[in-house]
Amino acid sequence: MGYDLKMRIWRGDVDGGELGDYTVEVSEGEVVLDALHRVQATQAGDLAIRWNCKAGKCGSCSAEINGKPRLLCMTRLSDFEESETITVTPMRSFPVIRDLVTDVSYNYEKAKQLPAFAPPARDEDGKRRMAQMDVERGQEFRKCIECFLCQNTCHVVRDHEENKPAFAGPRFFLRYAELDMHPLDTHDRRELAQGAAGLGMCNITKCCTEVCPEGIKITDNAIIPMKERVVDRKYDPLVWLGSKIGLRTKDNDGRSEV
Amino acid sequence: MTSTGSDRHPMTGNEMSGSESGGMERHSYDVVVIGAGGAGLRAAIAAHDAGARTAIVCKSLLGKAHTVMAEGGIAASMGNVYPEDGWEVHFRDTMRGGKMLNNWRMAQLHAQEAPERVQELEDWGALFDRTPDGLISQRDFGGHRYARLAHVGDRTGLEMIRTLQQRAVALGIDVFMECTVTELLKDPSTGSGRAGAISGAFAYWRETGRFVVFEAPSVILATGGIGKSFKVTSNSWEYTGDGHALALRAGASLINMEFVQFHPTGMVWPPSVKGLLVTESVRGDGGILRNSEGKRFMFDYIPEFFRSETADTEEEADRWYDDKKNNRRPPELLPRDEVARAINSEIKAGRGSPHGGIFLDIASRRDPEFIRRRLPSMYHQFKELADVDITAEPMEIGPTCHYVMGGVEVDADTELSGVTGLYAVGECSGGMHGSNRLGGNSLSDLLVFGRRAGESAASYAAGLRDARAVVDEGHVKAAQADALAPFDPSSGSGPAGATENTENPYTIQSDLQNSMNDLVGIIRTAEELTRSLAEIEKLKERAQHLLVEGHRQYNPGWHLALDLRNMLVVSESIARAALERQESRGGHTRDDFPGPDDTWGTKNLVVRLDSTGTGIELTEQPLPVMPDELKTFFEAQ
Repeated sequence: MGYDLKMRIWRGDVDGGELGDYTVEVSEGEVVLDALHRVQATQAGDLAIRWNCKAGKCGSCSAEINGKPRLLCMTRLSDFEESETITVTPMRSFPVIRDLVTDVSYNYEKAKQLPAFAPPARDEDGKRRMAQMDVERGQEFRKCIECFLCQNTCHVVRDHEENKPAFAGPRFFLRYAELDMHPLDTHDRRELAQGAAGLGMCNITKCCTEVCPEGIKITDNAIIPMKERVVDRKYDPLVWLGSKIGLRTKDNDGRSEV
Repeated sequence: MTSTGSDRHPMTGNEMSGSESGGMERHSYDVVVIGAGGAGLRAAIAAHDAGARTAIVCKSLLGKAHTVMAEGGIAASMGNVYPEDGWEVHFRDTMRGGKMLNNWRMAQLHAQEAPERVQELEDWGALFDRTPDGLISQRDFGGHRYARLAHVGDRTGLEMIRTLQQRAVALGIDVFMECTVTELLKDPSTGSGRAGAISGAFAYWRETGRFVVFEAPSVILATGGIGKSFKVTSNSWEYTGDGHALALRAGASLINMEFVQFHPTGMVWPPSVKGLLVTESVRGDGGILRNSEGKRFMFDYIPEFFRSETADTEEEADRWYDDKKNNRRPPELLPRDEVARAINSEIKAGRGSPHGGIFLDIASRRDPEFIRRRLPSMYHQFKELADVDITAEPMEIGPTCHYVMGGVEVDADTELSGVTGLYAVGECSGGMHGSNRLGGNSLSDLLVFGRRAGESAASYAAGLRDARAVVDEGHVKAAQADALAPFDPSSGSGPAGATENTENPYTIQSDLQNSMNDLVGIIRTAEELTRSLAEIEKLKERAQHLLVEGHRQYNPGWHLALDLRNMLVVSESIARAALERQESRGGHTRDDFPGPDDTWGTKNLVVRLDSTGTGIELTEQPLPVMPDELKTFFEAQ
């Protein structure tokens, strides 16, 4: 069942690099990461790849396959013709460290800027109560494996390095939305999301949703509702009226701004 | 955020760029935690909360550790679903699951403290699945008498690591990512009064290949397991037994190394994902095992030890899911060692599936909506990687190397090893799970003992004031030379003087994985174990002559060359202990000694590095005896 796969793999570092040609034997059921590992074990022992679980659960092996942001471990070779050359390059929005490994520190910096979950005291019996229906909204966002493919593909920062300081990116809009919809959180982060995190820079082209390996509806379920909540708070007189007569969401009741 | 106030790299903490020459980076902390999985993060949070200046050093990016792959849940007798559950029952289940070889005190602390540790995760933002009353939901798992596993679908590990990661970041704990520790440093007796105590750790940055010294009186090992020494495993590349090996080289001891858990259900096809975990929740939620004849064969494999608590008809087993009071547990939910052996026997008897496994069927038992909601990751995993729709057809599964019960021997209350200042927690520590771990008890183990280790390590460091152990510069130089050896095309370490180095680390790793899989696997014999030891000796000799290509910047070949040393000493420990224990118990099955033996039931095997430092020595040690008041929980049955 095996065949010889032609691959082009980007080799280089911060000072530049080029695509190298490799031919490697592959077999049925394998994924792109298997092929790269075989190149590593037999032809290029120092080929730098970042990976961990090889099961689509850790989000380490993000790269671009034929120009598309994908997880190397979840891209099956059977998606391609046997005669097709597969080109693998590092994520474009982050600085290259070496070969397929990039410096994703931008994301860890943004994570630090986000105010943490702030719950009230527990119930008297030492437990907390939330309805399944209410936690499910946040649970969808917490499926995020932090592969940063959404950050990589977002055109606000892709090829626009200058936007990075003011823009947290889809992964963190997801986090803002998760906390904003958390039934127990006491912080109101809407102003922060709009201001410091740059939610307003997103013009909902849904590129992030398209590349999410977890199938999270980042744009529809997180970004758009967050934008609506921000707008509600800022401009809408009906919100004021609605909240008085109990028609509006109570998600922000009892929250204090951070 | 940095302790030195210098220009640290925002992600890794690296102080020097790849192009910078010379110098050795140094950092000073009270507590250094090696590993950023559940145990390491929980330990670091506890140490920080106790006032210690704390650093986490980890081989991967933050949030990628192996905990992320845990699926089923966290075992804790919170009583949210069955109010009759309590720590006593959990304690009893854990001890019986470990075939009574557990350290009783660890099993007791674990059962008592797990509920609060889970509740705490919710304070930090975890979103567990709920009961109809709004409490944390709890699910059934093998060996647990009541539904006890707090869970989030089948991605509980991800939820746990993200929660702890976000907590650690919020607290501002320093994290050194993609930084690998290769050696622990000890005070060489320079008059500090701390001779032999831990004084720090020596590491390299994966990004640049440059070296870094951590000075710290307390080091907590939280490095996880050893599964990467086996060919078929559910473990990631990081599981090379680093903590086990670092502890041995520092003079600490390991116990229970013969006990390796083979999870009954790993994927068997396609070959590229062979070994990948299929969560026990599939069985907890109603899935059953069938052979190629369609027979639900687990009823043929109920051992005497569990007969009184296991259903013996399909009807009773099926009633149990809804009525636990009047029915006994299905045999598919026996502890993992029992199920793995049964599957192995069926395959050997020629009743296996087309790709050499057996069938795990939930499609015919539960509706598609239920399956997709309860087991979303499994649905996704089989769909994406094997083109199998688990709501419509059975899965093919077989045993996979999953977990090591053995690890660093520690004090039950403080997690202190035999070396002053050195602590171990989680999978790299030993004793808690005895000869076999119950599903769900790993995540709770990480939390309970992570917190204890962090507090003990912080308290020890605080008590020292200025009388800290000192880093020996000679030791640092030696660690540096050892780390660079694989780049040297010739070495003088062979018996015949200088020899040419030509060995490829990937080839040695692959040879080791094959040997361990074939000779030290799920069913063992004296003859095969003896052969494995001879193989390991040869691999150790070959590993003296490694040569890696390229340079020090992010070079996986070099990283593997350094990990190999750890994999070899740990593999030798497992094989030696497995040869010594002439009985079958839990995760150790000897074809030539098929039953348990009471005299072995009161002994642990202890492994230390021998005086030459190149091999290991093995001793027997009596198992700590449980106090009478705890024994009563077992008589009540």
